Amino acid sequence: MKTAVSEMDLRRATSLDEALQILRDEKRMPIAGATDVYVASNFGTLVQRQFLDIWALDELRTIAKRDDTLVIGALTSYTSLMQSHLVNEHVPMLARASGLVGGVQIQNRGTLGGNIANGSPAADGVPVLSAVDAVVVLRSVDGERRVGINEYYTGYRKTVMRPDELIIAIEIAPIAGKQWFRKVGTRAAQAISKVVMAAVRSDKPRIAFGSVAPTIVRVPQTEKILASGGSIDVAAYVLSRELKPIDDVRSTADYRLRVSVNLLRRFWADTADG
Amino acid sequence: MQFTLNGSKREISGNSAARLIDVLREECLLTGVKEGCGEGECGACTVLIDGEPVCSCIIPAGQVEGADVVTIEGLGGNHPLQELFMNEVGAQCGICTPGMIMAAMKLGDAPTLEDVKTALAGNLCRCTGYSAIYRAVLKWKGMPEPENADKMVVK
Amino acid sequence: MSAVGISVARKDGIGKATGAARYADDIVFPEMLHGRTIRSTIPRGRIKSIRYDFDTTGFTIVDYRDVPSKNAVDLMSQDQPFLAEHEVKHMAEPIVLLAHEDKETVNSAKVVIEYEEQEPLFDPEKSDVVFKSVEIVKGDVDAALGRDDVVIIEGTYTTGLQEHVYIEPNGVIAVPEGGGIAIYGSVQCPFYVIKALRCLLGSAHPNVRVIQTETGGGFGGKEEYPSMIAGHAVMLALKAGRPVKIIYDREEDMVATTKRHPSIVRHRTAVTAAGKLIAMDVDVILDGGAYVTLSPTVLSRGCIHAAGPYSCDNTRIRGKAVFTNTPPNGAFRGFGAPQTEFAVEVHMERIAEQLGIDSIDLRRLNALRPGDITATGQTLRDDCSAHMVLEEAVRRTDFVKKREAWKGTNRAIGLALFYHGAGFTGAGEKNLKSKARLELTPTGVRIAVGSTEIGQGTRTMHAQIVTDALGIPYETVEVAQPDTSKVADSGPTVASRTCMVVGKILEECSHEMKEKLGGMSPADYYAKNGELTIERTYEPPDWIQWDDALYRGDAYATYGWGCDVAELEFDRDTFEVKPIRLTAVQEFGRPIHPALARGQIEGGTAQGLGYALLEKVVMRNGAMANGQLTNYVIPTTLDMPEMDVVMMENPYPGGPFGAKGLGELPMDGPAPAVVNALRQLGIDVRDIPATPEHLSNCAVA
Repeated sequence: MKTAVSEMDLRRATSLDEALQILRDEKRMPIAGATDVYVASNFGTLVQRQFLDIWALDELRTIAKRDDTLVIGALTSYTSLMQSHLVNEHVPMLARASGLVGGVQIQNRGTLGGNIANGSPAADGVPVLSAVDAVVVLRSVDGERRVGINEYYTGYRKTVMRPDELIIAIEIAPIAGKQWFRKVGTRAAQAISKVVMAAVRSDKPRIAFGSVAPTIVRVPQTEKILASGGSIDVAAYVLSRELKPIDDVRSTADYRLRVSVNLLRRFWADTADG
Repeated sequence: MQFTLNGSKREISGNSAARLIDVLREECLLTGVKEGCGEGECGACTVLIDGEPVCSCIIPAGQVEGADVVTIEGLGGNHPLQELFMNEVGAQCGICTPGMIMAAMKLGDAPTLEDVKTALAGNLCRCTGYSAIYRAVLKWKGMPEPENADKMVVK
Repeated sequence: MSAVGISVARKDGIGKATGAARYADDIVFPEMLHGRTIRSTIPRGRIKSIRYDFDTTGFTIVDYRDVPSKNAVDLMSQDQPFLAEHEVKHMAEPIVLLAHEDKETVNSAKVVIEYEEQEPLFDPEKSDVVFKSVEIVKGDVDAALGRDDVVIIEGTYTTGLQEHVYIEPNGVIAVPEGGGIAIYGSVQCPFYVIKALRCLLGSAHPNVRVIQTETGGGFGGKEEYPSMIAGHAVMLALKAGRPVKIIYDREEDMVATTKRHPSIVRHRTAVTAAGKLIAMDVDVILDGGAYVTLSPTVLSRGCIHAAGPYSCDNTRIRGKAVFTNTPPNGAFRGFGAPQTEFAVEVHMERIAEQLGIDSIDLRRLNALRPGDITATGQTLRDDCSAHMVLEEAVRRTDFVKKREAWKGTNRAIGLALFYHGAGFTGAGEKNLKSKARLELTPTGVRIAVGSTEIGQGTRTMHAQIVTDALGIPYETVEVAQPDTSKVADSGPTVASRTCMVVGKILEECSHEMKEKLGGMSPADYYAKNGELTIERTYEPPDWIQWDDALYRGDAYATYGWGCDVAELEFDRDTFEVKPIRLTAVQEFGRPIHPALARGQIEGGTAQGLGYALLEKVVMRNGAMANGQLTNYVIPTTLDMPEMDVVMMENPYPGGPFGAKGLGELPMDGPAPAVVNALRQLGIDVRDIPATPEHLSNCAVA
């Protein structure tokens, strides 16, 4: 059953402090670009009815370098990520992933913080964050804490974020090694991913997948094989045992697994020296 | 709640969680904003908020407080691109056309064919196969039809 | 003063581009209620109870007991109820209707229906309920298959459901007016709706009229289903005594309304070593879904086209459309031919492969020529262009050179040769007796026909024909919006007939009017003599002979011909296909409005590419599980390749200014062209959609 709009209540915050106070006092789900709110309400899967609109918090839209770390405000849109010199310089695969989210309309509204908070295993941006061990900065009236993106999800659309917290920024430490990203979607644009892979080639390769598990995942066993100088054939075999994708309306488990393995091989070939 | 709509100040009442498309169509009577899917997928409901194309079917009306909103009606009735959409047959059934035109508004000068495709990738059309839409948009921008693309020969 | 053959300004005006054009959902009537359809949530069973779990104050509620006369949607058969009575035969079958003045209130009303579930049937091959069977026989197939100088090549090919995805979902408004009722709606065939409502309402409500609102795409999807929705809106409006609007949201539209019939086509072909077709034995099964709708004619057209544009002395085509417990399938651009022509064109490619001959040569050897006889026994006339389109497509794409150069790469090129009969099948046009009307106005003339503008250019194209036939300025020709109380019943806007058939009647009306004007301009004549109306009935060419019992004779007055060439890239890691160029060489008599005609080819080709590669309806327990545009994906700008459209001319003397039908032809070619290109890469594909998931299995096998 669709959620009736009359059941929904939206309150707008005009500053971060106000937003945090509201989250302390009221049970509200923060929304930014709202790209999934009405989709969920159409689908009948919308749980919350009380929302906090944080779209106006421009203070969360900055992209800056603090020491060597790239700090991206949670409300940075995909359009801004694509256009940011800092992002293109520091983590070009994030700019690339952003350009493959939805169409222009969604890129203008969808935010990196929203992509994380929404918790979809098919999120396009999160595998990149996972591969670079990004840190999610959460703030509440009680203070701030930092959680590694790979410790952030506890299950399908479940996270460690408390109801009184807000994602305010994402931090990315300097990345040593070649970055590699591939989204395999349902079509060439405006597509939901069937398999996403983001990886960094270095002494200790870091490899993340989307759409193949209940959350975005890293593949530690596969990474370990490659880090210890194991062959790509062995790594491919290990990956095929490490991932357990499922069938859904968009793709099949078999396809996802086969493509994941092929992408791993292509990553390895593409990022080889020389 | 106040915002600028097609150049004029507008005040609306009601639930700020209402979808922007419903407010525009039902309260402001701007029925040029079309609903094709209700999930931000087809782009028929595209409007500009502060100059950026967005899908009005997935935006709470409350989020346009203080913003500048432009719908197809805001272009007036004789924008050159509107005429080109008809002449080049970029509009067949016409239901995607207002959204297409609004999405095209963001294009800069001298766009390439790839620029046009990317700008319109969030707008679905089932009638045209898009080629005639590219022709309309490129002509509006004073760009030639891409070489080799879609030449028509009548024998 | 000439308009035909020129891309003149369209009669649509600027409204579609300014937002001023009014589609069904844009129209509001005073006191209007919003209607909603409560549908079955099981594929088969009996209704045990219905409970209204909401405060019914202010609601209008309708069930089968409110049907004024007959609870049947009057199409080819009267088997489909407007509202299920006791038995449910498919998911999303309408059972109860609600209306309320507040849209949200009606949408959140909870109706609980209890069922006694029964075992559903989903496999068409296991169905023993046959809606229609067809047998076309030419020569002696069994004897020819038994010859010892032939090679026998067999294959089974399947195609999936396809959803229309007109961007405007279905919608109608029923408005009580002066003792009668008016229906405003997004419809292709206003007179079909009238027929269905007469059956529903009986003699008690004679004053029914249907007004077509601006229609946001149809493609066959608004051919028959609007009759159902109109019936629902009318019942609610009659009970409430107020206007009722029913607009489907995208998911309801996708899950509940018709789709293209899935098909299973088996070929058994005898061919000489040199490639001459000796016998073609073809079996066609179409999954009709739970009710007959238009399945008999979809099957008919599918079977007639099943042997492809080839000459073969011994041909047998047997087809059946069968029942399953799934939502009824119906009309969709191409009407059975895209399914069967996919099968035969992929089969031809396999024949060439097995014989070790060039598939272009195989087609050159067998493609129909003027004077050849088709499977139904029709002798083709001079307007047969199979060889012309084939040679032009091969030439302009540098086909042979590319095919050779791309061997061993991830690029490939493939083609498909196809044809499409224009207008109704056999005696269909003769029986239909379509009418067209031309009325003098103070400033010119008005075209008054029921043919609908659904984006394809009906208004403009008809006005062009009248302009030239009457010899008056194009600007003085106006086109009435179809209102069944004001226009002639020119038959349904389907089957590539609106130009060739209705345009022809208008041409004849113009000639008759011109004679009556006796050299005066319409304005002068009107000023002097007042009104003048010319109405004429379609008369098909007198040489058309058709035996509907034996399926023998002239199946169509003429055919359009096409050859599509697909060039693509294949990603061996992800099994994704990227079409890079699509060449469509098509002959359809003569384009009346080249830009609109080109739009038909480009748009139909896009739908064909979606059909080939992307568009998969996922069925779970008899219901579409991916009824969202996010999950049922059609091509975006970035999915479409560069297109090269070539319109060749070979006039049909029976059409207006030589024109044939065009709308459906472009749908037939892309899928086999793409799949035949994939075969060049060593991928044996026999089923569409050829999704990456499917190709990953083909490629591994």
